[in-house]
Amino acid sequence: MTHWLILPVLAPALTGALIVMWMRHDLLLQRVFGIAGSTAILLIALKLNLMAGDGQVHVYRLGNWTAPFGIVLMLDRLSALMLMLTAILAVTAQLYAIGSGWDRKGWHFHALWMFQLMGVNGAFLTGDAFNLFVFFEVLLIASYGLMIHGGGPMRLRAGVQYVAYNLAGSALFLAALGTLYAVTGTLAMADMAARVAAMPADDTALLRVGAVMLLLVFAVKAAIFPLHFWLPSTYANAPGPVAALFAIMSKVGIYAIIRFFTLIFPPDSITGTVATDLILPAALITLTLGQLGVLGTASLTRLAAFAAIASIGTLAISIARFDVPGLTAGLYYMIHSTLISAALFLVVDLIAARRGGDIWLRPRPPIRDIGLVSALFFATAIAMVGLPPLSGFLGKLMILNATAGDGWRVTIWATILITSLIALVGFARAGSLLFWRAHEMEPGPGSDPGDGPRPPRGPIPVKLETDEPIQDVDDSASPALAFVAVGALLAGSVAITLLAGPLTDYLHITALQLTDPQTYIDAVLTGQEGLK
Amino acid sequence: MELLVATSLGAIMAAAIYLILRRRTFALILGMTMMTYAINAFLFATGRLVVNLPPILKSHSGIDPADYTDPIPQALVLTAIVIGFGMTAVTVMMALGAFIEGGDDRIDMPPGDRRMPSASDRTEDKDEAP
Repeated sequence: MTHWLILPVLAPALTGALIVMWMRHDLLLQRVFGIAGSTAILLIALKLNLMAGDGQVHVYRLGNWTAPFGIVLMLDRLSALMLMLTAILAVTAQLYAIGSGWDRKGWHFHALWMFQLMGVNGAFLTGDAFNLFVFFEVLLIASYGLMIHGGGPMRLRAGVQYVAYNLAGSALFLAALGTLYAVTGTLAMADMAARVAAMPADDTALLRVGAVMLLLVFAVKAAIFPLHFWLPSTYANAPGPVAALFAIMSKVGIYAIIRFFTLIFPPDSITGTVATDLILPAALITLTLGQLGVLGTASLTRLAAFAAIASIGTLAISIARFDVPGLTAGLYYMIHSTLISAALFLVVDLIAARRGGDIWLRPRPPIRDIGLVSALFFATAIAMVGLPPLSGFLGKLMILNATAGDGWRVTIWATILITSLIALVGFARAGSLLFWRAHEMEPGPGSDPGDGPRPPRGPIPVKLETDEPIQDVDDSASPALAFVAVGALLAGSVAITLLAGPLTDYLHITALQLTDPQTYIDAVLTGQEGLK
Repeated sequence: MELLVATSLGAIMAAAIYLILRRRTFALILGMTMMTYAINAFLFATGRLVVNLPPILKSHSGIDPADYTDPIPQALVLTAIVIGFGMTAVTVMMALGAFIEGGDDRIDMPPGDRRMPSASDRTEDKDEAP
């Protein structure tokens, strides 16, 4: 048995604890260790992808206990892919946080970042339903800290709302797990799948209740209508790099839906298509609401939040049938939308920092670096809306192609295409208000480099001062690093566009592995001789 | 006993949901605590309701289901209690922070979160600035 599977959980846990205990007051050390931790996770994720690429399902039995009794960590292609995506996002958003100076606007940024990664990685790896709940709580409690990083009345209030919503979600999660335990008598996912498959088909009422409650919990995390109400205020008020990292958090919900409803409650099991019947209409409404929000909002950060909701809607439409073409297209769109949602939150933060924290969509005098920032906004908006040549176009095309034989084809196609147009108008409106109409305004004080008194630009102290002004480009440690981070995410989008062929082939075999739950079950439950 | 447990859990849950929907942080925290209680008791009950039976097997030979109670829900409840306790503490601290910085204890976001401050608001800000 290889110990690689536990490392994505252990590495951030140890780094985070180290940062909290030994380098609380030294931001430079925190940055070095934080980036080192994230990079280590990236390398581990790379190694795990190579391991999972052989098509086997790898099992790590914690404490070497026999499967239905001990907790297992599982690695298949989907888990490895999600780990990789998380690590890429973590490194780039953390570089942005350092470059923009966000990490010095409060305490314990890098430690919380590590604990957040620990929770997310654990949720992707675990093969035990209750352990999934525990990792959800780990990632949530770290996200509460990150969400209110930097403080401010609006952010704290949004934070309380976010906590309240997620606590209710956690309570529902426990109720769902209790119900499923009462019905199946197990919490190990592979064992539960085997027992559900062996259950009589005429007594499924309680099982369906449990399955739908789980679906609701994951829909809260993924922000699918009508459980998306927490997302706009939370993401809009979270610090830019944190909102970027949260782009993977909603994907945790989608991942859990895919995992549970391909492994334990697949469409051909006794629970039938109960998940599809609920997800598909909800996803269509989510997409519509998100894109209408993009068009209708008055705030730049909310624009990004609604765009994230819309991308979740698109993704949920694609995976709703849990069939191979839909999952393949959905996984491609998931990679794309994670990278681009994060890039959008970072670009929005770049703009807000250069407008003195003004997030409202109204003309202001031209900002610093307007050419570069507007180019980044333009590229991100193109990818987000789904115009060629970036990955959003390919992703949506694949989803349209995958749903071509679907009974709901007309509704799905009409919704995706019309809402894309709405989003296009929304982004065009935002871009022209922010960048073009800026040139009609008279330049205000401070907007021109030679104009008015400038704050001193000496070397920035790395010790933490918590009462510093928030959202000011002048206290950013290295604006160039911030641009590099956004550029890296956009380069990721370009890369998955150029390598779409091989990537889609890989995602196809990933989807095939998902729709064959028996391999997963056998990997856990067989070959256990010699264990405790 | 099943009826008693079910109705009391339902009553606690109803009270919790009512309190949460009050949209004030204090009521919210009380409601969340009650909800955690109700869920924990529910979790405890998922392993079958029996009285006076230990959660361990008495003999290794021949397991009689009437002889013991399921220990796993009890372990789950312990985990859930610890997590719920920590989460309540976090909520209290954040609610306190929001109350001190925001000035009131409402849960829903003020209109300033969504609506652009109008031009008149901006001039007022300027007047108030020293």
